[in-house]
Amino acid sequence: MSEGHSTYTPKTGIERWFDARMPLPRLVYDSFVAYPVPRNLNYAWTFGGILSIMLVAQILTGIVLAMHYTADTNLAFGSVEKIMRDVNSGWLLRYLHSNGASFFFVAVYIHIFRGLYYGSYKAPRELLWILGCIIYLLMMATGFMGYVLPWGQMSFWGATVITGFFSAIPLVGDWIQQLLLGGFAVDNPTLNRFFSLHYLLPFMIAGVVVLHVWALHVVGQSNPTGIEVKSKTDTVAFTPYATIKDAFGMIVFLFVFAYFVFYLPNYLGHPDNYTVANPLKTPAHIVPEWYFLPFYAILRAITFNVGPINSKLGGVLCMFGAIAMLFLVPWLDTSKVRSAVYRPWYKLFFWLFVVDAILLGWLGSQPAEGSYVFMAQMATLFYFAFFLIVLPVLGLIETPRRLPNSITEAVLEKNKGGGGHPAGATAAPETKG
Amino acid sequence: MKKILTSLALVGLVAAGIGAAGTWASAAEEAHNAAAPTHFPIDEPKEMSWSFAGPFGTYDKAQLQRGLKVYKEVCSACHSMNLVAFRTLSDLGYSDAQIKTLSAEYTIHDGPNDAGDMFDRPGKPSDHFPAPFANEEAAAASNGGAAPPDMSLLAKARGVERGFPQFVFDIFSQYDAGGPDYIHSLLTGYDQTPPAGMVIPEGTHYNPYFMSGVSLKMPKPLSDGQVTYDDGAPQTVDQYSRDVSAFLAWAAEPHMEDRKKTGFRVLVFLLLFGALVYLTKRKVWEGVAH
Repeated sequence: MSEGHSTYTPKTGIERWFDARMPLPRLVYDSFVAYPVPRNLNYAWTFGGILSIMLVAQILTGIVLAMHYTADTNLAFGSVEKIMRDVNSGWLLRYLHSNGASFFFVAVYIHIFRGLYYGSYKAPRELLWILGCIIYLLMMATGFMGYVLPWGQMSFWGATVITGFFSAIPLVGDWIQQLLLGGFAVDNPTLNRFFSLHYLLPFMIAGVVVLHVWALHVVGQSNPTGIEVKSKTDTVAFTPYATIKDAFGMIVFLFVFAYFVFYLPNYLGHPDNYTVANPLKTPAHIVPEWYFLPFYAILRAITFNVGPINSKLGGVLCMFGAIAMLFLVPWLDTSKVRSAVYRPWYKLFFWLFVVDAILLGWLGSQPAEGSYVFMAQMATLFYFAFFLIVLPVLGLIETPRRLPNSITEAVLEKNKGGGGHPAGATAAPETKG
Repeated sequence: MKKILTSLALVGLVAAGIGAAGTWASAAEEAHNAAAPTHFPIDEPKEMSWSFAGPFGTYDKAQLQRGLKVYKEVCSACHSMNLVAFRTLSDLGYSDAQIKTLSAEYTIHDGPNDAGDMFDRPGKPSDHFPAPFANEEAAAASNGGAAPPDMSLLAKARGVERGFPQFVFDIFSQYDAGGPDYIHSLLTGYDQTPPAGMVIPEGTHYNPYFMSGVSLKMPKPLSDGQVTYDDGAPQTVDQYSRDVSAFLAWAAEPHMEDRKKTGFRVLVFLLLFGALVYLTKRKVWEGVAH
């Protein structure tokens, strides 16, 4: 797409002056005004923009919060409460930031599931997808470290449990754990390095986001049909079409976000984190933030030893493996058709996978006992089966629906159908298009 | 869009089904043994109607003043409230002069002075509530080994897990009173006879609303008529418990009214702005099939 040359023509003297020296206006014009986007993008495609807004919001609120926060085990909890009580609008900043982390993850999960549904990871977008996976990993590290900073009970014990995973790694595990903690247990050195890294990582995320957007602008956006853009009629200009649609999506998202910030600011948190960390008192149930719960459930589902791998190492391997699956998706999926719209079986398995992920999340919040353990094991099995069996096998045996010849044709077909006929209904099932 | 919504609804239903089945399975597993319960609290907290609930909730100043009285005369004998400054009591409707008098009733240990000595002085509005014990060890030693928790954040630091599907409904009902409900239930939950055969450890008191066991170290703190109200409110354990729970809700979240007021403006703005942007979007896309 971007192989098409620039359509920017500087109009004023200042623009010409800049264009000859550093063509920043040209870059902005080509990337955010003239950039062609498929005309059939739905609202699932607005989450990229929403995520960039959330990143900026988190960095801005975070920088101001850091002006009032003290990273010291004796002072951290009190400094957060000082923000809540005495800093002007401090409660707003902190609730925006803590709920902002949650909604950042809400948006990223929708963004990832959208990619899975429409096959956005397929060639030539593998690198774009992997850069996204790296952003997601960095987000998890940032979110985890941020949760430790208020130095409440869950901060402390969550940090203890999660850094404990690393000690399961053979040979170097203990060394890695001690490096993370800055000692043998979660303490002041841990809090200090977590604060430092919590400040650093968002800027690394911003850097990878630049690469992510760059890669996107090279290959262009995918779209609900999964058919590549073929002619000019398949696209519309980014501005005003995508900008106004993105803007509306953002406002709806911000509405839900604001609802939680102002009316349920502690709904997504844990009451125990309003008790100052006490290394001598373990909470009854240690649970991580909600956005880690599916992985936490997978970790705890491995209750048995497999050969030389004990249950602890097995759990850790499965947990990291669950994230590693995402990186491999472009090569695990063998289907030539991108979009689930034309893949009836994949569509079914996709939604089962969504249910499975939600179920794992719920199981992660429950104590690991009784029937919950068995359910978590089954759900873990399905999680891996989706990536390792369903994705490779389905692509080989599934007969996709007839694909339209172009985005324009798909759009016209859909609009012609009008009165309630779904787009797929008229398309007879045929062999791969 | 319609298809996506239908799919989402289906996913929700399936997830709900599995969740319900799971809850039922685990509930069936624990054959009910009243004398040796394994999950706490034994009884769910009672849901009260609070003046501060809902999108337009506000604190009832008279109630907070009564709650402060209960805290001062009863709770503060053992529980500190380190994060709350006297000056913030203006939220309860007290004037500056009243706050000055109130804070002066307390003795604050301060220093060192120019001579290097520690000294006692009357409290000032900028001081925080002084703690009843010199340190946590002293508090634990005087209370059977466990220090009574600081009360500044108690209303946010307590809350019984709501379970599925209640936690979904809570989003729409804006249920945010898990702490106050818990505290009220606990305070009114004494004086009950434990089920036959239940072992109550010595020095502890049975309370079916306690989150972490069958009994707790704190003896029943309130009894009818213990605190004198001068506004005619009933002087009962139930009323004291409600008042002190509301007071603790304020202590934990003093800017709640401001938050909800701001929130309403933000949501109204987003609604109007969203409507305008939506109309603009329709206009822009008019004639472009998509």
